[in-house]
Amino acid sequence: MDTRDTPEQAELRRSARQLARDLGPHGVADLDDEKRRERLAAAVRDAGWLELRQDAGDGAPLAGGVEAAIIAEALGEAVADVPFAGPALAADLARRAGASPVEGAVVGFATDLLDVAVVSGAATDAPTLAVDAAAHGPVTAWVLVPDGDGFRLGQVVSESAGDGADLTRTIRPIPAGTPVRPAPDASRRLAREDLDAFAALGLAITSADLLGLMRGVLDATVAYARDRRQYGVPIGSFQAVQHLLAEARCLIEGAQSAAAYPAWAVDELAPGEARAAGRVAKAYCARAARTVCETAVQVHGGIGNTWDCIVHVHLRRALLSSQWLGDDGEQLRQLERTRLGVTHGFS
Amino acid sequence: MDFRDSPEEAEFRARLRAWIAENDPGLPASSTDDAYWARQAEWHTALYDAGFFGLSWPSRFGGHDLPPVFDVILDEELAAAGAPPRPSLGYLVQGITTHASEAIQERFLPGLIGGRERWCQGFSEPDAGSDLAALRTTARRDGDDYVIGGHKIWTSYSDVADWCFLLARTDPDVPKHKGLSAFAVPMRQPGIEQYPLRMINGITKEFGQVVFDGARVPAANMIGEPGEGWRIAMTIVSHEREPSEVGYVSRYVKTVKDLEAKVRADPDAYRSDQRQAVAWAHVEAEMHVRRRLSERLDGVDHGPGGSVDKLLMTWVEQAVGHAALAASGPRAVVDGEDVALKIYLYSRAQSVMGGTSQIQKNIIAQRILGLPAG
Repeated sequence: MDTRDTPEQAELRRSARQLARDLGPHGVADLDDEKRRERLAAAVRDAGWLELRQDAGDGAPLAGGVEAAIIAEALGEAVADVPFAGPALAADLARRAGASPVEGAVVGFATDLLDVAVVSGAATDAPTLAVDAAAHGPVTAWVLVPDGDGFRLGQVVSESAGDGADLTRTIRPIPAGTPVRPAPDASRRLAREDLDAFAALGLAITSADLLGLMRGVLDATVAYARDRRQYGVPIGSFQAVQHLLAEARCLIEGAQSAAAYPAWAVDELAPGEARAAGRVAKAYCARAARTVCETAVQVHGGIGNTWDCIVHVHLRRALLSSQWLGDDGEQLRQLERTRLGVTHGFS
Repeated sequence: MDFRDSPEEAEFRARLRAWIAENDPGLPASSTDDAYWARQAEWHTALYDAGFFGLSWPSRFGGHDLPPVFDVILDEELAAAGAPPRPSLGYLVQGITTHASEAIQERFLPGLIGGRERWCQGFSEPDAGSDLAALRTTARRDGDDYVIGGHKIWTSYSDVADWCFLLARTDPDVPKHKGLSAFAVPMRQPGIEQYPLRMINGITKEFGQVVFDGARVPAANMIGEPGEGWRIAMTIVSHEREPSEVGYVSRYVKTVKDLEAKVRADPDAYRSDQRQAVAWAHVEAEMHVRRRLSERLDGVDHGPGGSVDKLLMTWVEQAVGHAALAASGPRAVVDGEDVALKIYLYSRAQSVMGGTSQIQKNIIAQRILGLPAG
């Protein structure tokens, strides 16, 4: 056992953080800087990160869940406004279905954001959410089409962007009645295990995003607590403030320990085990992230409650990353089912 | 990053698992039942004699010179089997190996590690808790001995100890942090009175008070140099705060498993908030299992990082305590001997012992986050 980064993983972590820091928003006003956004999107594309869950030629992905989590954490830390998790998950699902990758594709989720949307007819019969897609232009979203005791991969096209809580990532609602076409050359039927492994990756990536954004928002908040003076001294010298920030630091350390395991497990353990590890991580990270972001708003005081203070960008991103594939409450509900044998309320 | 066992680790795990299956003494939990302490020494020596204790400590003192990951495997397997945790001695071993002379190490480490000689730790006093350096117990030189006078509290297992790792003031004329020295004091002698403490959950065997009145310790039993006591104490408490040195993980995992089994037997008998408390305890305990591993393998941070781990461990213990209380519901108040009640009440001490959570947060804020002292 060795839970440390390999030298390659350490280098990826370093370069991902550098890229995200250089090109991510440094303040709320930067979110409107279209040129910077384009540079960031181009850099992410050029780095090959959107393809790392594509087929390496032998059915295995080009890179592991650990690498995907490292990138997600770096982008979360910088609240980088660029699609990553959406396209990475889409590539993973397409690979499992033996389908050719489609550039810019994301996964279409049911409106509860928990599971991939299932469509049985020729068109969607309920709204579908394309999460973490490009902000402009048409976007392909993968959905599931029932086939025997499994699923085939289908696709719907989103024509217009949406307006969600997260200011750094886009959710596109795709209306009911949108036609469904088969995914190009999808050669495999998706079984329960494929969807478990896919969900495990989703839980690992969203947990890593939460971990990163907690780090970013705590760094910003500690810096503010050193600078901001009241009663003639930095507010960070007050024990009441110190204890809030110390608790946040501990939550981040716990989140890091919880999140590392499913990222590794995605490619190394049985899908059910990996998904269970993902549930534990997501429950911990979602709960921790809300507390850490709320602490950040609190320590920034009145300014922390204004639009122009960056911390609500972290908080809003945390809200989406938590809900996406299930927040802490949902994970606990699932743990009640799997570990405590609760059956009612579950289909 | 690889969570899988290497071949050596897998072989060790298999051997250990087979041994535990044959040798688990089935002790009750140390935190809830005095009966544990009656047989704890036996468990220590059994683990040691089978080659499963002191894994990462020096072999010349009875350890095995193995990488720290083997301690993690030990804790994981004890937890998986529901066996008792390994005895917590790591911080004393670290204190002695870091500061004591070769002669002291040779004299005391084999007995400590092998469980043939039992130890307690005499640091806290009634008026020196968080402010440890304010301690007033004195050690006065008298020929080849020092003579001890003072009152220690929270002295775990003092009633069965052969030796006390004692912190005493040897120089009253220097600033409070500079006048302290550490000793290995023999406990079986006149001049020592023991007063067990009854904790809020009813246990009496874990914590005691010890009054030294004219007890003697040979000057040769001083650990480190005169005046080095504060530095030694800081080494020990920083290790004491590292869950890697205490191995409670098996206690948490076992309690959560027991709670889960109880609920699983009749899930409909529990409200959703009760079940959620148990599910959350599982999340906390699993986090702690992973934390133990990365903490050990990333190179243990013997500095302020121990405070992070202590606080995390406290949250785990108290989440488990809340889950036990929630799952027990009214039984915990109808039956004063209810185990869940005892688990819950015991868990409250975790945010005090080994340095309060408030002290840990001060350390984290000032020494990790770099916030200015108030």
